[in-house]
Amino acid sequence: MGKWTRRAFIGTGTLVGGGFVLGVVGAAFSPSRHGVVSDDAESKGELNTWITVTPDNMVTILVPHCEMGQGAQQALAMMAAEEMDADWSMVRIKEAPALDAYANGYVARAVGGESIPGVLGRAFDYGTYRLVRWYGLQPTGGSMSVRTTGRFGMTVAGAAAREMLVAAAAERFGATPSELTVSRSQVHHAGSGKSATFGELAAAAAKQSVPSSPALKSGDTYTIRRTAPPRPDIPSKVNGQAIYGIDFTLPGMLYAAVEIAPVYGGKLVSVDTAPAESMPGVKGVVKLEEAVAVVADSYWRARTALAKLEPTFDDAGHGGVSSQTIFAAFDQALGAPPEMPKDAATVISADYQVPFLAHATMEPMACTVRVDGSGAEVWAGTQDPLNARATAASALELNARQVAVTNLLVGGGFGRKLPFSLDFIGLGARIAKAMSPAPVKMIWSRETDMQHGYYRPAGMARFAGALGGDGKPLAVACHYAGGGDGESVFMPYTIADKRADAKDAKHPIRTGAWRSVLNSQHGFFKEAFIDELAYAAKADPYTFRLNLLSEEPRFRAVLERVAAMADWKSPLPPREGRGISLVESFGSIVGQVAHVSVSPDGALRVKHVYAAVDCGDVVNTDAATAQVEGGIIFGLSAAMKGEITIAGGRVVESNFHDHEMIHLSDAPQITVEFIHSGHALGGLGEPGVPPVASAVTNAIFAATGIRIRRLPIKNQALRSAAAST
Amino acid sequence: MAISLTVNGRPRLLDLEPDTPLLWALRDALGLTGTKFGCGIAACGACTVHVDGQPMRSCSVPVVAVEGASVTTIEGLAPEGSLHPVQQAWIDHQVPQCGYCQSGMIMAVSALLAAEPHPTDAKVDEAITNICRCGTFARVRRAIQALARTE
Repeated sequence: MGKWTRRAFIGTGTLVGGGFVLGVVGAAFSPSRHGVVSDDAESKGELNTWITVTPDNMVTILVPHCEMGQGAQQALAMMAAEEMDADWSMVRIKEAPALDAYANGYVARAVGGESIPGVLGRAFDYGTYRLVRWYGLQPTGGSMSVRTTGRFGMTVAGAAAREMLVAAAAERFGATPSELTVSRSQVHHAGSGKSATFGELAAAAAKQSVPSSPALKSGDTYTIRRTAPPRPDIPSKVNGQAIYGIDFTLPGMLYAAVEIAPVYGGKLVSVDTAPAESMPGVKGVVKLEEAVAVVADSYWRARTALAKLEPTFDDAGHGGVSSQTIFAAFDQALGAPPEMPKDAATVISADYQVPFLAHATMEPMACTVRVDGSGAEVWAGTQDPLNARATAASALELNARQVAVTNLLVGGGFGRKLPFSLDFIGLGARIAKAMSPAPVKMIWSRETDMQHGYYRPAGMARFAGALGGDGKPLAVACHYAGGGDGESVFMPYTIADKRADAKDAKHPIRTGAWRSVLNSQHGFFKEAFIDELAYAAKADPYTFRLNLLSEEPRFRAVLERVAAMADWKSPLPPREGRGISLVESFGSIVGQVAHVSVSPDGALRVKHVYAAVDCGDVVNTDAATAQVEGGIIFGLSAAMKGEITIAGGRVVESNFHDHEMIHLSDAPQITVEFIHSGHALGGLGEPGVPPVASAVTNAIFAATGIRIRRLPIKNQALRSAAAST
Repeated sequence: MAISLTVNGRPRLLDLEPDTPLLWALRDALGLTGTKFGCGIAACGACTVHVDGQPMRSCSVPVVAVEGASVTTIEGLAPEGSLHPVQQAWIDHQVPQCGYCQSGMIMAVSALLAAEPHPTDAKVDEAITNICRCGTFARVRRAIQALARTE
């Protein structure tokens, strides 16, 4: 029996980075991570790992994160530029190359970052840098870019750069640093009236030693990071110039279309390649362990020729696996509902179920690889170009340093292109090796993409809750199968007996991190059940939750704000209802209210979703709002329509006609407000997702009396004749 | 088979199998990668172009069907160095996130507004069925409403 604790998900080895590499004594003398610079840093104006200043007074900020629409590159540059007091119009942002020096270990700060004492922070950051450099990691995900790299890397690098520029100016002006002020890429000495631009000081500044613990600005002096400058990646995204992984071209490039064993783990048994070999433009047919690829001088020719083949694959023994068998196994594993106190006045129990989901990034998997005698080059849009390097190297049996990766724009990530789920890179590399030395661009069809994912796991939860005679909850407990962790099952409500126990039920379907990960299941389960408990207590669902948050002021503030935004108590016409939901994930607390209407023949219209967000502070308020809007739509699409089903061990759905997405016509109005609580920065890429499914199903109940416990909603009857309580 | 058509105002001659989708002719034969591949079954709209002024999903248009036609892609929506009002509105309202669907979205919206400069919300919902996974719909709608209000 596991008791929830607020921090149950934090591992115990938070100091492993610093301790592992350097030992306790070494920690005191650790270099700073941002002090890692090139050999010719001085001549290039490279002040520290991330910040270079050139004589033209441009500040170039390297950001070790991909751009997949979340605006992390701009946000991090804003955080660094803020600390420098740079002129924002003179800042250039570049993605850090996929080189060891730019390995990104700051994400480790998400695990107990608050609890690392400042004096050990330098050692922790340097130690984790050495670890991820060794592993080859430069990940973007987990809603971590702003709250880890930004907070512990970019701000420190920006402040360090500022001190170096000030030191250089002090020498030049014959003043002390404390007499100097900085604004808009200029350093001023009021006493003498002298000033110099960053560009004029760059060479001298690059000779300064890199401060490891520079002073950071306090929030009340921010002039950049809380503003909303336009995103620099947007202009090329409206005129067709943006280059995504799938768009990359090289002279002499060939194109590959591929068919992969339909059951994960299955192997290619046989294929007669002759029908493809004689097709127009075909340069080769490549047989691999789990796939067959046709390579031609254009994608369409490759795909047309591939369609002529009739490969046979085995099913790795999983031919009997289906959604039915998987959910039956979950049901079996969950057992009887959790025990409830014998003296409870009311006991309720309910089962919830969610399906597998595909990421369905708009850009299907694609990559270009060139293999020759000395090594390989890879061009792709991924959420970790260093892991892409390691993946390609492993597939090609090369050393990682023989592989060069260029990361391009990512046409949607959502976790599909995270490290350790870059299967397509390994596959593209192996195909390219067979066609060496020609570069080969492999493009997955939507069907291949849909059926060879790392799916959001299907899940099931069996809840029980008990109320005392006074209507207050005594206990809430669940058994769950399909994944969960301390963060995802956590409930902020003050209930004496709260339990969540994982039950084991394995299946062979490949799963991975889908936007908001395990919170995408449990955000639905727990906030749907709390709602049912509220109704069992004959209480208003908002008031019921509020009364259980006296010990959680941040959660309380978020809930109160969103209820106010939605005008919770105002009456609604018949067949309209509001549902409320409150979920913390990735360091941010999000409350949502959905306002829906359901027509008598069961047509659901989500009219408005309100979201109140406490993510501590907000970098680029407009981009931050866009992230919450996007998360709501992403979660709503899944809740209303998303479903990946399994039959014969393989994925059934193949394209957007059967793995449906919501459209503009389904999109609600969305209102987002941020609460600037001043607490530690929380993430924003994912936290908008977990609350929406339960907010909508809770609203449907309020509107119709129909309680939805299985997603997607499209499979549930909402007609008034079928109403049930 | 040699197929002649005009693309972004330039006469082009394509030597391709007649059933080659216009999408792949544009992307691979002509190097115009602004038009995107999303599904191949005309379900997502990422491949939307204008054929003689009409929006079409180019993944499902064989090149032989556009022989002699005038095709406009995202690259040719506005004269070089300028922006179409829809493109400008997309920047003003900061619509794109990952941006991959937005070429098709802009082509669909520009075609709608050319035919109907002041569409109702219901008409917009009916006409614009492009899929966006990043969830930019709220901003797409706001940008269209702003454009629909202008003369």
